[in-house]
Amino acid sequence: MIVNFLGMAAAIGGAFFLMVGSVGLIRLPDFFSRNHATGKSDTLGMMLVIFGMMLIEGFTLNSAKLCFVLIFVFLTNPTGTHVLANAALRIGLKPWFRKNAGKGE
Amino acid sequence: MDTFFLPYTIVLTVIIFLPLYRVVRGPTIFDRMLGAGAVGTKTMVLILAIGFLFDRLDMFVDISLAYAVLNFIGTIAIAKFLGTEKAEE
Repeated sequence: MIVNFLGMAAAIGGAFFLMVGSVGLIRLPDFFSRNHATGKSDTLGMMLVIFGMMLIEGFTLNSAKLCFVLIFVFLTNPTGTHVLANAALRIGLKPWFRKNAGKGE
Repeated sequence: MDTFFLPYTIVLTVIIFLPLYRVVRGPTIFDRMLGAGAVGTKTMVLILAIGFLFDRLDMFVDISLAYAVLNFIGTIAIAKFLGTEKAEE
């Protein structure tokens, strides 16, 4: 019973981190800071949600599959955002500074 | 468990609609790709929550894993295509 409550708490905390990542994706000024927002907080939020679902599910085969999903997401989500940032730097996208704040994005 | 996962699914659906703003009007193509990736990862969590809601997690966890693989391959392919291109966006 208390494991269920722990799992629900982890799932709600993960949903909070997913919402923080979405708000950062909307409100931050340029591509690299948005990349920073969604690359870290989305990964943490999704890992928390899947860990909570593992706690709710118990010790079964589905829990092992959820553990595989967690490891896969932990490896691939930062890799995807890093590859996108690398491609943006290679094309020549300039990072945002405060002194040219009014000259467009 | 339905009394927890039904409002949770609704809240996740509301959260998914936030990065669509960045997909529709991002200044560059990378912002659109980033928003699409964020929508894909949140959709993975939504699929898992729907599996708990229908009590058929053994089916939905496989769908979620396949969705994660497709999302990752799509992001890597688009980034490789855009990174080797010389034209200014």
